[in-house]
Amino acid sequence: MGKVVYEKSAGLTDSPMSYCPGCLHGTIHKLVAESLVELGVLDRSVLVASVGCSVVAYQFYNCDAVQAAHGRAPAVATGIKRVSPESIVFTYQGDGDLAAIGTSEIIHAAHRGENITVIFVNNAIYGMTGGQMAPTTLITQKTSTSPKGRVENQAGLPMKVSEMMAQIPSSYYIERVSAHNVPNILKTKKAITKAFRNQIDGKGFSMVEILSTCPIGWHVTPVEATKFVESAMVPYFPLGVYKDEGEVRS
Amino acid sequence: MKILMKGNEAICEAAIRAGCVGFFGYPITPQNEVPEYMSTKMAESGGTFVQAESEVAAINMVYGASAAGARVMTSSSSPGIALKQEGISYLAAADLPCLIVSVSRSGPGLAGILPSQSDYFQATKGGGNGDYYMPVFAPNSVQEATDFVQKSFEVAERYRTPVMVLIDGLLGQMMEPVEFSAPNIPQFDKSWAVGPRNGRERNIRNSLDLSPESLEQTNIRRFKRYDEIIANETRVESTVQDGDEVVVVAYGTSARIAVNAIEELGAAGIKAGLIRPITLWPFPNAAFQNLPASVKHVVVVELSQGQMVFDVKLAVAGKLPVHFYGRNGGMIFESPEIAREVTKIVRGE
Repeated sequence: MGKVVYEKSAGLTDSPMSYCPGCLHGTIHKLVAESLVELGVLDRSVLVASVGCSVVAYQFYNCDAVQAAHGRAPAVATGIKRVSPESIVFTYQGDGDLAAIGTSEIIHAAHRGENITVIFVNNAIYGMTGGQMAPTTLITQKTSTSPKGRVENQAGLPMKVSEMMAQIPSSYYIERVSAHNVPNILKTKKAITKAFRNQIDGKGFSMVEILSTCPIGWHVTPVEATKFVESAMVPYFPLGVYKDEGEVRS
Repeated sequence: MKILMKGNEAICEAAIRAGCVGFFGYPITPQNEVPEYMSTKMAESGGTFVQAESEVAAINMVYGASAAGARVMTSSSSPGIALKQEGISYLAAADLPCLIVSVSRSGPGLAGILPSQSDYFQATKGGGNGDYYMPVFAPNSVQEATDFVQKSFEVAERYRTPVMVLIDGLLGQMMEPVEFSAPNIPQFDKSWAVGPRNGRERNIRNSLDLSPESLEQTNIRRFKRYDEIIANETRVESTVQDGDEVVVVAYGTSARIAVNAIEELGAAGIKAGLIRPITLWPFPNAAFQNLPASVKHVVVVELSQGQMVFDVKLAVAGKLPVHFYGRNGGMIFESPEIAREVTKIVRGE
């Protein structure tokens, strides 16, 4: 008998993932699932799925789930956590959901210092609806609603969500990471685990922004997509810890 | 023991006594006493109070808390209820119970803050997307408002649906003696709720269904529950009797004024009866069947430009002439005004 050195996380179901080839949602799902298992909270975790490609994330996470209206996941998570504080509640939101239609809900959940964990996946585009411009779409980046590339004097500059969230007095932990290569995937796992650990310890609002890809929406190969993250996204969306009250207060 | 209480506050007290453990709201006139009362009393009773950043957020907090199995509510007024419509559609679609208190003001738009009944369509026809209905109770007194708040939680949980109690600013702001009954709401099965699993299968509360075959069946199952609600929960008060020549139809505040108008009509020799729909959905169609042969006219009076009148016309089905009289914008008719209009109709003037 061989020794098992690697297996699928118990935090994931056996449902085949519906994500496109080269999309990093699968990788990020795995990291979240592993964290929940390792922290021993999978059986009391509640996913709040948002609208976008991860709308069906409840099929893949092996925990309870509530599917929320577009942008409203932080409000739904607030409702769950307030009446069921023993639940480990997390939202999983893309940049269209969180950074456009859901800005009010995410900002105010942080302002209230809700003891929830937000997994924010930023791939600079609306993937599910076919590759439209998002608030996070980079200048000159072509999408189906910015066919000649995003223009500053029309759409403004891309929204820097982690920088904004770090300014909120009651947010506890805000970090931007990336899932485009192995060293960064390992850092992403650490950040996700920390964000859940904070909730378990009752510290308050934690958000991990994860830079991700959309090869189909970007019209590039999966390899080119990871290179775009490295060469174009990371320079505009610098990685790092934007706020960690645990560090400040310790 | 009766206590003198404002409608908005009595609603809160009734909800807490009915076991409501979560309130999520947002300020808007004329319902502000509701979140104000809840901010203190909900905390005192060990429940949750959140002043949300918007009506949109508040209804979605209700959605989450209800999904977690808690007995919860929100309240708002006309433009705020408009913002909650998306959430109400999701609650209906995910089969989640809750109470929504609507204390209506005039419209459309921001309009005014005085009482109006121009949100009958909003309450009964919905502004959320999709095939769904929501039971709507329309009390005509502070006492009824408290009774129906408690009944609403039971209906909501029995049939797994959002339920609305619709009053207007007049009932919300008015003080009346009220007695709180001991609510006896059964414990309904909530094994569908999300939260700590303790080994059970995982629960998913959801409205997404990309399979047309499955979605059609889900919606048909929900409509079978609606059939049960129609059969079991429809409420109406009728004073119509043989010899009445006119039936006045009114709900809520209007019904109270109509009662006085009917007395005045009687004194002037015109026999009139009242049909007061208490549930606006389901609409009490049966009350309009088999009216006495003496009835020659149906007159609907509303504090609007005429909304419930369409449901009355459907119920009457062309068998009698259906007339309408209304005031709007926060203007409120007095009983002699209604009596005068009914008299004109009866006399063919």
